[in-house]
Amino acid sequence: MDYSSFLQMREEFSLLAVMVFLLIYDIFAGEKALKYFQPVALVLLVAHTALNCVPRDAFHIAGGMFQYTPMQTVVKSILNVGTIIVLMQAHKFLNEDANRIKRGEFYFLTLSTLLGMYFMISSGNFLMFFIGLETASIPMATLVAFDKYNRKSAEAGAKYILSAVFASSISVFGMSLIYGSTGTLYFTDLATLITGTPLQIMAFVFFSVGLFFKISLVPFHLWTPDVYEGSQTNITSYLSVISKGAAVFVLFTLLIKVFANLVAQWQPILYGLAVISITVANVFAIRQQNLKRFLAFSSISQAGYILLAIISGSAMGMASLVYYVLVYMFSNLAAFGVLSVIEERTGKVRMDDYNGLYQTNPRLSFVMMLALFSLAGIPPFAGFFSKFFVFSAAAAQGYYVLVFIALLNTIISLYYYLLVIKAMFLNKSENPIETVKSDFPLKLSLVVCTLGILVVGIISSIYSQIALFSFGM
Amino acid sequence: MTVGASLLMIFSAVLTYLYFTERAAGNVATMIFTADTVWYAPFNIHYSVGVDGISVVMLVLTSIIVFTGVFASWKIDPLPKEFFLWFCLLSSGVYGFFISTDLFSMFMYYEIALIPMYLLIGIWGTGKKEYAAMKLTLMLMGGSALLLVGILGIYYGSGATTMNILEIAKLHIPIELQYYFFPLTFTGFGVLGAMFPFHTWSPDGHASAPTAVSMLHAGVLMKLGGYGCFRVAMYLMPQAAHELAWIFLILTGISVVYGAFSAIHQTDLKYINAYSSVSHCGLVLFAILMMNETAATGAILQMISHGLTTALFFALIGMIYGRTHTRLITEMGGLMKVMPFLGVCFVIAGLGSLGLPSLSGFVAEMTIFVGAFEHTDIFHRVLTILACSSIVITAVYILRMVGKFLLGKIQDPHHEHLTDATWFERISVVTLLFFMFALGSAPFWASEMIHNSVLPVIGQLIK
Repeated sequence: MDYSSFLQMREEFSLLAVMVFLLIYDIFAGEKALKYFQPVALVLLVAHTALNCVPRDAFHIAGGMFQYTPMQTVVKSILNVGTIIVLMQAHKFLNEDANRIKRGEFYFLTLSTLLGMYFMISSGNFLMFFIGLETASIPMATLVAFDKYNRKSAEAGAKYILSAVFASSISVFGMSLIYGSTGTLYFTDLATLITGTPLQIMAFVFFSVGLFFKISLVPFHLWTPDVYEGSQTNITSYLSVISKGAAVFVLFTLLIKVFANLVAQWQPILYGLAVISITVANVFAIRQQNLKRFLAFSSISQAGYILLAIISGSAMGMASLVYYVLVYMFSNLAAFGVLSVIEERTGKVRMDDYNGLYQTNPRLSFVMMLALFSLAGIPPFAGFFSKFFVFSAAAAQGYYVLVFIALLNTIISLYYYLLVIKAMFLNKSENPIETVKSDFPLKLSLVVCTLGILVVGIISSIYSQIALFSFGM
Repeated sequence: MTVGASLLMIFSAVLTYLYFTERAAGNVATMIFTADTVWYAPFNIHYSVGVDGISVVMLVLTSIIVFTGVFASWKIDPLPKEFFLWFCLLSSGVYGFFISTDLFSMFMYYEIALIPMYLLIGIWGTGKKEYAAMKLTLMLMGGSALLLVGILGIYYGSGATTMNILEIAKLHIPIELQYYFFPLTFTGFGVLGAMFPFHTWSPDGHASAPTAVSMLHAGVLMKLGGYGCFRVAMYLMPQAAHELAWIFLILTGISVVYGAFSAIHQTDLKYINAYSSVSHCGLVLFAILMMNETAATGAILQMISHGLTTALFFALIGMIYGRTHTRLITEMGGLMKVMPFLGVCFVIAGLGSLGLPSLSGFVAEMTIFVGAFEHTDIFHRVLTILACSSIVITAVYILRMVGKFLLGKIQDPHHEHLTDATWFERISVVTLLFFMFALGSAPFWASEMIHNSVLPVIGQLIK
């Protein structure tokens, strides 16, 4: 067997090398060397990202088990950058006495989920896909329950693993039906073998549940608010951005690669899911007082908007999806960064705690405001452009009514985003949150996110680069 | 900030001068001073700008109001830096909107102009400001949602390979698509133009906003609605405009009359003026829908005239409120005695609003009604006569307001020791008055420029 083809899985091996190195470093390094654990890890990850950010030509190895397209590099780079930002935001939390011993595990588990997502993205076979999905889910449950003496965190972990396993078992059942009806699990073969028999449609419906669960679309979203609220804030942000971003991309590629013949079936399904996800999540978000739950519902509705790009199934849709994920990553991580530093220092996560935040923490509230405006899709911030592109991808296929419904929902979403802004800027408070001092990595991460929010929309070459690699049905 | 605002004034004067020389030199292109940069090639989005006569006068109007607005908020408190940051963002949104010739950048600037309003009203406003700010933002964003669907419909419906308005105007959008997207676009802009029944944000918003923001909002931002209806909805979808104009004519007719009647009933100075804005801006849309040269020229003149008058009103109301700490006309009286300068200016503004010759309002309304009477059928006649009656109603509420709180006996003994306008307030007021007189007594320079620029759109409509 020719092992040299394995070397083409460059991203995966590079990440694996970083993981193994960090594991050994954590176990064998002395107290003195361990001081530098986090800086070293972050530098390595930056190097890993930089080395693997150049797209290569498409190829497939291992008999089609592993399929690479240049777009995957773009998506993986976005995930890398997001992960680095999350880890920078978690810097202070992991340096606390109680958590220092678990630091290595935190990194290792986070990176394993990332590796799982890599495989999920590059898979060319349902088995490979399933391994990736599970590698991404199971360490995630551990991370959610990371703060195990906290009752809420433990509960969230249990909730997450139970629902994740339930969803993936339904998904596997779907795969088995696909195998039963076609006799193969390779994507390239399935593209022609799936012709739209009732069994295959049923198989598709069962299979997609696993991904819908990861993207947390209504009605597969019930775990989201509880898990988001219970887990440590940095994990929540990782879950809401990275995990979701990978899953939407995979959903898109599977739909156009494998299930292209079922387009008449999956378009109405996605249509319905988009409408109820956006609407239900928006309506529920209005009532939330806990900002983590609030952002959970906001992220569900954002996922609904992404479906508008998926439903188009076109190359334009793929480009706008990846672009949306990029912008969403910057905006959401900025919001979560502010949330995490305030929760970390003061333990306050409720909306009324944020009253008068601008008086004491002008910079943090400013970043939060930019992030929320970007999430709401207000120009000149990047969120406006990404929303516009997603909407025009759907409109190009004639889904004007869907675009209209989504736009009405952006008004509802603007209402609740403005509630937070109102709390920070307009409301007065007797005892506002005291001035929070943020550490250097967090500041840097917020600067990166803010730049992303301000710049990504204006510079059109970013979108053009993404559009270069995109493909559709 | 003052320097910046003065520079804007100078720039707009220079632009107007350049515009005249360019036209005099025989340049007959629809838009001049155009620039075009490819922005998002996959979506055919260009950043393209250019001006015609309508944009030039709107830009001049904007710079007058920004200039005077800065003087009117000379002593803003608290957070002056933030106030002017948002104020600048708001103004740049307005400027960008008027110079855009690309649907995308136009829409983008439209939204940029909306969102600072929330913070400006919410933080520096008065009264039930949080409610008003939220209502205003959500309603206007609702309008922009309709608009976005309309824009996407225009772009994909016309099969255009560009988002440039002038290019799309050359193409033909299928009539059945126009039936969907014309109402959406028109209503989307109409919300900002305070078209009945989407006007309800306007009284609350204007009444709660700080002085400079009320001025800019009523003076310029509401004109974005009229300008957009004219430049986008009517220009690009002329067939549907013809077929569906009657619906919108009825709605705007209601705005004109209803706004005027509501103003009679108010006791808060700002509410009176806000309802009067609804009525006057309704007249702008009304005139646009008449679809002939005279009425359309009148509509643009009315935009400028109303912009100047209402900004002057809001500035004066802000100054009076800053002294008396009440805006209820029932609690005031005889203010003419203690602050003669402000009182006299208020009377002049009032007379301008009810259309006294030699002030700007007369020119505009006259042109509109002459244009409207060119239609000879019953439907247009009845509506025109109804709209004309609003002038009488305007006279009722203006004179009643002036009589109640400026003349008569001083009601509140505290008011006897109030001071008259300070120097920066005088600058603001005198500038606005100057332009009102200028437009009223010598309207030809503006109306000729507007008239020539209205022709392409009207030509499209008549075809």
